Amino acid sequence: MTVMQDITPNPIAHLTDADIENLSAELDAIREEVLAGRGERDANYIRSVIDNQRRLELGSRAVLLFSLFPPAWLIGTLGLSVSKIVENMEIGHNVMHGQWDWMRDPAIHSTNWEWDNVSPSDMWKHSHNELHHTYTNVLGKDHDLGYGIMRVDEDQPWSPFLIFQPLTNLLNACFFQYGIAFYDLEVGKFLKGRIPKDDFRAKAKKVLAKIGRHATRDYLLHPLLSGPSALTTLTANVTANLVRNLWTHSVIMCGHFPEGVQTFTKTSIEGETRAQWYLRQMLGSANISGSPAMHFMTGNLSFQIEHHLFPDLPSNRYQEIAPQVQEIFERYGLTYASGSLPRQVASAWHKIIRLSLPNEFKPNEFKPNEFNLVVNSEPAGSTVPRCEPVQSRTG
Amino acid sequence: MTTTTPRRGVSAGLRGTLARWAGRITTPLVPTDYIDLIDPLRSGTRLRGRIVSIHAETRDAATLVIRPGSGWRSHRPGQFLRLGVDVDGVRHWRCYSITSAPNRADGCLSITVKAVRGGVVSDHLVRHATTGTIVSLDQAAGDFTLDSPTPARILFLTAGSGITPVLGMLRSPALSGKHDIVVVHSAPSAGDVICGGELRMLARAGRIRLVEIHTRTDGRLDPTRIGELVGDITDRRTWACGPGDFLQGIEEHWAATGIADRLRTERFRPALVVLDERGRITFSATGTTVEADGNQSLLDAGESAGVLMPSGCRMGICFGCVAPLRRGAVRDLRNGALTTATDGGDGVVIQTCVSTAAGNCEIDL
Repeated sequence: MTVMQDITPNPIAHLTDADIENLSAELDAIREEVLAGRGERDANYIRSVIDNQRRLELGSRAVLLFSLFPPAWLIGTLGLSVSKIVENMEIGHNVMHGQWDWMRDPAIHSTNWEWDNVSPSDMWKHSHNELHHTYTNVLGKDHDLGYGIMRVDEDQPWSPFLIFQPLTNLLNACFFQYGIAFYDLEVGKFLKGRIPKDDFRAKAKKVLAKIGRHATRDYLLHPLLSGPSALTTLTANVTANLVRNLWTHSVIMCGHFPEGVQTFTKTSIEGETRAQWYLRQMLGSANISGSPAMHFMTGNLSFQIEHHLFPDLPSNRYQEIAPQVQEIFERYGLTYASGSLPRQVASAWHKIIRLSLPNEFKPNEFKPNEFNLVVNSEPAGSTVPRCEPVQSRTG
Repeated sequence: MTTTTPRRGVSAGLRGTLARWAGRITTPLVPTDYIDLIDPLRSGTRLRGRIVSIHAETRDAATLVIRPGSGWRSHRPGQFLRLGVDVDGVRHWRCYSITSAPNRADGCLSITVKAVRGGVVSDHLVRHATTGTIVSLDQAAGDFTLDSPTPARILFLTAGSGITPVLGMLRSPALSGKHDIVVVHSAPSAGDVICGGELRMLARAGRIRLVEIHTRTDGRLDPTRIGELVGDITDRRTWACGPGDFLQGIEEHWAATGIADRLRTERFRPALVVLDERGRITFSATGTTVEADGNQSLLDAGESAGVLMPSGCRMGICFGCVAPLRRGAVRDLRNGALTTATDGGDGVVIQTCVSTAAGNCEIDL
């Protein structure tokens, strides 16, 4: 992967402005087709997912009341883990994206939804929907690139602290929901003095209150309700939250961190057109291939490319349009980044370990700058769009 | 919407405490979210109803019998209810007169719906709705009701589906006494009279005097001729319901006769949204209005007028700018799709950054 990435020339050099506009029109046509067919089938889908997730959660928590018996602990923990994953990913993430707003059901609406995750929905919607999805993979703008605590691109500066980033990533994986909450709080921005103190305090209070409520629920009330099974219910709930954290972290890491995914400079998106935005989403996301069950458990974020192109289309539609999208990639000579879950997770981890060291320490023997195609230097009005990827600088 | 009145005293306090603790166990959801899985019609949850049967009335009208949730507070004859039904996955709200008597023995209520040409909801209810479907409901509303005490001499003037609130009144115990009731009903033909059989039976039984005007053969009802048809109109209390022009003629004639105070009317207003290339945007919460052309986004228009608009990506992807559309029409700048809202909007929420005015519209900001 590393080698591929470094020797790949500018992946869009062969596209003219007209090509990019045509590509955009084709993607718009896919979107329109889904919008035109969106209806009862989709509504039934999300309602049944929500109903079944709630039944699974109720059932699992009921089983855990008897968690003193190992089989009950196992079944209950498994059920609760699955329930929490589905609640966060296929339901929460997608509902808060506004994917189901068109149903006009106030009970399933981006403006009302609150999820089983310690990051309050309004804060998450700001940092995820607004910042990450708008500025996807733009260095310095999309803080999802390493969450501000890691270096996941050669063009992000190295600092000695980053030597620990494999450990940071592991910790972040284990406590991912807290990681997201503190990330959404924009602690870094606050420390740099770019957020007024009162605003930050109010938001921090909200986060802490939600952490308190969720901890009370999972680590106090449900164990207490379990009576003699209190301690085992506590361990079950800790486990379920841990499983959910590890799983969601792995899936989300696969969206933008694997090798081969492109990043972009701040200046490259100045005056960006919608077509160029589409192209950036195509180059900046990676899919996970696998079974329908795997796709479901990732909240269809395994179709990260489709999700980033059309963040507001119902999630159940991503796998239906994926072949069309992939065909467009191929026809326009673009790489549809996709791989199995183990491969993408390994790739992302590999990058995090590799980039914990400065670029110069890279093990692969490349001559400096040989492949550093400075595509940004094309004159204005050239056929190269303004959203060119920044090439990885080689050691 | 809560439909229960909390009991006072110790039990209320206890229930409050219980509810608080139950909420702590189910956070971030509320206990209702789980209990609704089992019993969506119980009291204390959002008012819903289940369609228990559907009967065809005419070729384009049907009666739906609905079992309302326990929170239903009954109705007065002549009132309507707002009903929310999902048509192809999208929730739509409409008002329908209640055609059943209050407090039916089986606890159900009925509405009678006439399929309007191009009417998304009425067509769905008449032709595609199935029994067992759960619908959303609001409590009965409206003041097109019988006075108390009920006057002895009554005239009902109805046209088309305007008969429906009157059916509710005729079926109620309040009118089962010795009232002198005349019903003048206008419909295209005898076969188009909603519940025509029942009305004619009531007439045969001497409960009402029925005058049917079949407009296809008789022409339209001339308000000035009502006196001849009915006898004296001045000594009767009159309730009239039907389309706007039908009511306007009646109102003018009653006013000219000097008995406007003896007339009650109810308009079945089709939800009219006037489309245009441009329009006036009203931001109702701030009381700001802007004249906008059909190219400027509502977000830009609002911001330039000084309205504090929520915003995000400004390109239609983040849903950070969504706001309720109360009435009027907006057009999606990306694909030209129209979104319309009437009567407060009923949950129609739009993305202001990619929508433009498609006629006058009102945004709740």
